[in-house]
Amino acid sequence: MKYLDEYRDADGARQYAREIARVTTRPWNIMEVCGGQTHSILKFGLDQLLPEGVTLIHGPGCPVCVTPLELIDQALEIAARPNTIFCSFGDMLRVPGSAADLLSVKAAGGDVRIVYSPLDAVKIAAENPASEVVFFAVGFETTAPATAMSVYQAARKGLGNFSILVSHVLVPPAMEALLSSPQCRVQGFLAAGHVCAVMGCAEYEPIAAKYHVPIVVTGFEPLDILQGVFMCVSQLEEGRAEVENQYARAVRQTGNQPAQELIRQVFTVVPRKWRGVGEIPQSGLGLRDAYAGFDAAKKFGLSRHTVEEPADCLSGLVLQGRIKPPECPAYGKRCTPEHPLGATMVSSEGACAAYYRYRGLAAVKAACETQ
Amino acid sequence: MCLAIPGKVTSIEGDDPIWRTGKVDFGGILKEVSLAYVPEVKIGDYVIVHVGFALSRVDESEAKQVFEYLREMEELSGFKEGGP
Amino acid sequence: MADSLEFTGACPIPIQQYPRILLAHGGGGKLMHQLVEKMFLKGFGHPSPRAQHDSAVLTMPAGRLAFTTDSYVVQPLIFPGGDIGSMSVFGTVNDLAMSGARALHLSAGFILEEGLPMETLWRIVCSMRAAADRCGVQIVTGDTKVVDKGRGDGLFINTAGIGVLEHPLLISPDSVRAGDAILVSGDLGRHGIAIMSVREGLGFEATLQSDSAPVAAPILEMLAAGIEIHCLRDLTRGGLASTLNEIAQAASLRLCLEDQLIPVRDDVHAACEMLGLDPLLVACEGRFAAFVAPRDAARALAILQRSQAGAARIGEVAAEMPAVVALQTALGPSRILEMPSGEQLPRIC
Repeated sequence: MKYLDEYRDADGARQYAREIARVTTRPWNIMEVCGGQTHSILKFGLDQLLPEGVTLIHGPGCPVCVTPLELIDQALEIAARPNTIFCSFGDMLRVPGSAADLLSVKAAGGDVRIVYSPLDAVKIAAENPASEVVFFAVGFETTAPATAMSVYQAARKGLGNFSILVSHVLVPPAMEALLSSPQCRVQGFLAAGHVCAVMGCAEYEPIAAKYHVPIVVTGFEPLDILQGVFMCVSQLEEGRAEVENQYARAVRQTGNQPAQELIRQVFTVVPRKWRGVGEIPQSGLGLRDAYAGFDAAKKFGLSRHTVEEPADCLSGLVLQGRIKPPECPAYGKRCTPEHPLGATMVSSEGACAAYYRYRGLAAVKAACETQ
Repeated sequence: MCLAIPGKVTSIEGDDPIWRTGKVDFGGILKEVSLAYVPEVKIGDYVIVHVGFALSRVDESEAKQVFEYLREMEELSGFKEGGP
Repeated sequence: MADSLEFTGACPIPIQQYPRILLAHGGGGKLMHQLVEKMFLKGFGHPSPRAQHDSAVLTMPAGRLAFTTDSYVVQPLIFPGGDIGSMSVFGTVNDLAMSGARALHLSAGFILEEGLPMETLWRIVCSMRAAADRCGVQIVTGDTKVVDKGRGDGLFINTAGIGVLEHPLLISPDSVRAGDAILVSGDLGRHGIAIMSVREGLGFEATLQSDSAPVAAPILEMLAAGIEIHCLRDLTRGGLASTLNEIAQAASLRLCLEDQLIPVRDDVHAACEMLGLDPLLVACEGRFAAFVAPRDAARALAILQRSQAGAARIGEVAAEMPAVVALQTALGPSRILEMPSGEQLPRIC
């Protein structure tokens, strides 16, 4: 595939790895923000190509995994209703709420459907006028334009049976929340390339300046991530703290204006709770009053309850780089991928899940390489 | 957010930007995609697509810089090793 | 052997009278009789009413026999490159081939949903007959039940098969040894992606077809050529990852693979990238993994490649524990290819 496969070139990757080693004189902790970047790192073993001193701290995993338990419970409540079609991205189906997940609601008879795009849910609403159709609107800013358009088009088509359960989260406030602890050990960021394709790069400048951290807007393929790490380490070694754009083939400085406009028209910024981190002010999107009719939380009078996060979940500390997953007392015991306590274990790309899956890898790797 | 892939626009339908769609070719498979957010895109352009929406046009000259950077570094190191 | 049928022939059940399956078609009376005689017996090549009997009596060759059963559920019933019928025949014949057995006879049990169009059933029956002929087997016995509308997904098929082993080998994970070459019989993931391409909401346009096909021929050829086959397993649900993890655990041996040797077609690759799927976890229907003694690997591969271009050697069996599947990525480092947990779902993250 053009503009994809060529960024997986092995020689290019090894060359970038050498360049990173060449410029690294001290240890550095860099966080890649996006779960898709973590996925690529794990899939290609990119962290194993880096010199000893450069540590990648995996971000929260993805917006799916930071969705708070209360919201998942609300989703389950809606999905279990009669005459209701609940539409979701595949990722959400296995994420556990307090007691169950969407797959088990489906097994119990709920009409739960996987969609590729929010517009598919709008189509289902148009084709099923007698049913309530609810879309689980999860995602960072990358997905917000799609959700916004689905609401806008539903409004234009007069689809009163369509609504969304909103769980959109914003990246910059989360980065600030991490950095705001003086004990945070993240020294540089690979910002989420597709988030910036929508929002542009400007909103990261104040963060870079305030906390003196380099932020490199980075793509998702191996060469992108390695070049992003190279640019970030170079900045750290030189004492710079700027916003740079590695992913210029897809990201413009000002981002996508029509997308930003529709997001502003349909949504407003609200506080949001992040699983395993807590509430972060101004960190989510909620529907504006003009579109309140499409807000599933209001429409269905859902129970508003607070679920206490398990006290022994230390996701926040892991994300700040203050502890490594195996140092958490619950890791591997009370908390496993099958029974996750927090976001970093829920997501298969979360820091804790990644550690868990790759335990014992070192021994295997060494043995395989002697073959 | 994450999973978005590049594809080539092979046909476009609709005049009103909000409802404009295109068939995008991803290495041999075709999917209909909303072009609402990329009004400037033409047939033959590559776009980055996420959940059924084209979010940006791939800038072909920028696409090369990842490799140009490598070539420059190679030349530089060759120059250093060559040395006086 | 019965006469071959005109497969473009009209459905033998009068469509105007019975356009769809009714509960009575499973009730044991006249309607069921008509269905079994005119549709199944005729379709599977037993035109004589005397062939109707509770069990088929067969004469078996001496020696070891292989016996297998599988049930088939797929939506849609008819997909690019095949249908539930051909899949149920090839699947069971292939299962027998995984022991190195030549299939002799099949049974076919049908659970029909009330309301299933008769034309669809006929089309599937014809497809099963064509598949059986292609494999050189006959469907000799079967059963029919009908369930209420809403309880059956259209049609479920169970096939069981008996085959004969005409070789002395024990083809099983117990025979796998360190140093064995790991081969795959062709490129991966076509079936799962073909099904996905016509799935509601996730669909896309592709010329991609399922890889559903019989695979006994290259296996019997390898056996005839004296290839020392240690283990065979088809790559169905859960794809390569599931199959190889099963074998690693059963054999208590570590398997080492190289990602860039694993064959995946461009369009399957593209579809997986779009939906966020891993091709190593996508189901195939006409593909298998083979573990062969290292000195026979090149000859075995040549036979496989003649049968299906794209067959490849993807790795080898390493020493003892841990019994995992280690995958060397295209860039050099290794990772563990895990046993999938549950169905792989499209993702946006």
